[in-house]
Amino acid sequence: MSGQLTITQLEQKANIIREDIIRMLEHAGSGHSAGPLGMADIMTALYFNILKIDPAKPDWADRDVFFLSNGHTVPGQYAAMAERGFFPVEELMTLRKLGSRLQGHPERQKLPGLENTSGPLGSGLSQAAGYAYTLQYIDQVSHRFVYVAMGDGELDEGNIWEAAMFAGKNKLSQLIGIVDRNNIQIDGTTENVMPLEDLREKWESFGWHVQEIDGHNIESIIDAASMARAITNKPSVIIAHTIPGKGVDFMEYDYKWHGTPPNAEQAKRALEKLRTLDGKITHEGVGL
Amino acid sequence: MSYPLNPDLYNDDVTQEPIRAGFGRGLKAAGEANSQVVALCADLTESTQMSLFKEAFPERYVEIGVAEQNLVTVASGMARAGKIPFTSSYAAFSPGRNWEQIRTTIALNNQPVKIVGSHAGVSVGPDGATHQMLEDIALMRVLPNMVVIAPGDSIEAEKATRAIAENGKPSYLRLAREKTPIFSTSDAPFAIGKAYVLREGSDITLLGTGTMTYQLLAAAKKLEEQGVSVEVVHVPTIKPLDEETILASVRKTGRALSAEEAQAAAGFGGAIAELLGEKLPTPLLRVGMHDRFGESGAPQELLEHFELTGPQIAETAKQFIDTTPQYHQGF
Repeated sequence: MSGQLTITQLEQKANIIREDIIRMLEHAGSGHSAGPLGMADIMTALYFNILKIDPAKPDWADRDVFFLSNGHTVPGQYAAMAERGFFPVEELMTLRKLGSRLQGHPERQKLPGLENTSGPLGSGLSQAAGYAYTLQYIDQVSHRFVYVAMGDGELDEGNIWEAAMFAGKNKLSQLIGIVDRNNIQIDGTTENVMPLEDLREKWESFGWHVQEIDGHNIESIIDAASMARAITNKPSVIIAHTIPGKGVDFMEYDYKWHGTPPNAEQAKRALEKLRTLDGKITHEGVGL
Repeated sequence: MSYPLNPDLYNDDVTQEPIRAGFGRGLKAAGEANSQVVALCADLTESTQMSLFKEAFPERYVEIGVAEQNLVTVASGMARAGKIPFTSSYAAFSPGRNWEQIRTTIALNNQPVKIVGSHAGVSVGPDGATHQMLEDIALMRVLPNMVVIAPGDSIEAEKATRAIAENGKPSYLRLAREKTPIFSTSDAPFAIGKAYVLREGSDITLLGTGTMTYQLLAAAKKLEEQGVSVEVVHVPTIKPLDEETILASVRKTGRALSAEEAQAAAGFGGAIAELLGEKLPTPLLRVGMHDRFGESGAPQELLEHFELTGPQIAETAKQFIDTTPQYHQGF
């Protein structure tokens, strides 16, 4: 059972997922590199520890629900889902290809296990809030939680703050947001394009419980999720500080990798880099 | 079997009621019939008549505030959680403002959210062009998976509301603000995707949707007095279109006129033009709004200003008939 993976094993899993991401993107020839790599530890923590899910029963009635709002980072979610057993790892190589279940941006109806369709930014928090509202007030089910991952650039969208107000008003305590705070968006840094700070104060003023963590420390991610579940009088958001492109030195911190895939040579260098990380990686992954 | 029209239809004192009132009753009934039905509103419960549901089922009503993007996306999430959400606002705001959210999180995501757009058409009146939604039919009928319905009166609106509650699909319901004469009866049929021949005739087919069907019936009566034989087909479901009924009628009459309180381009008239153009090329005149916005005025005054009343349409149709040959088998 995956819940028994140690932190070290989870860290190794995160690196396998990063390798998957590099191979998928290189094979696809298009897509976003920085976000999925930066969120790999979050996706690992979610799919291998935090989420109460069953890959054999994607629509299990007692499951936790995970909405991906920043749909362009879906390669990381696909990789985590495949490694978790939702579908064969080999299928990752169909990303963005004609006829694939792995669409360039996630489409719920294509792939069991996806909870929503996203890509156009700003709508995932509302969908998660609608689900959480249903659990809390209409069905009165308290043992399920609704998680939603958002990008930080995505917080430019007004729809996000409409949802934040709604969740705050209704004290949606089963709703847990995770912001991938990597400080970049397509045209540059978030603070240049449209400043988000003071981000903690913004969420707090909307009635949310806020935690700030190192988004690459898997133990911190798991602990923060536990804390968020324990908050029973308001929605929670975890601002996860991450490094865009994390794990591949020539991609890290460089916003130019936001919407670009590696070419064959870059993918090779990236995989070498990932394999040498802390001497941890032994996995050979899916073949290219 | 002929369609059971309201026997008082052609009287000056024909019963009138806002179409949205039928929606209010239908939603409450749908809520009684199915506990999964929930309702969300963007600060307009009275105007959209969602108030009836809200009073009956406060625990299944969700107030969203003036946030139409959140309105439909919260509904999408509730649908994922197994509910049948009805969202209501003015059509100018929903689907006017939140079309992308509807496209991505409801249509592409294929969630059975019901988008109810009230106050559509120029008969909204003094509020003016900003609030007279004319583009909603075009916006919604172009979306894959979306069902589009414009009921003709309040009785039919009630039936349509009940029907979309159970159709399992993303659906758009177009409502009008002002009192509209009731032409149907409680016994009249309504099924999603069906058009109904209200009057039979041989010189022209008048195709109406929403509030305009009543005007077409009035036009038909006037034309008949002038010796013109008119068929009136009521088309409450704009998507999917009842091609069979429409084509059978137009094949018989050889001429068609469509009428809507909306932009004819890409609207209901657009849908009819597409159908006839491909399957039965026939002379067609589209009555509606043509590449312009509405403006402030009294509702009846505006209908007259834009030549959307029965007597005016009768004149338009007469001129069309006098100058256009019939093509029973198409061009």
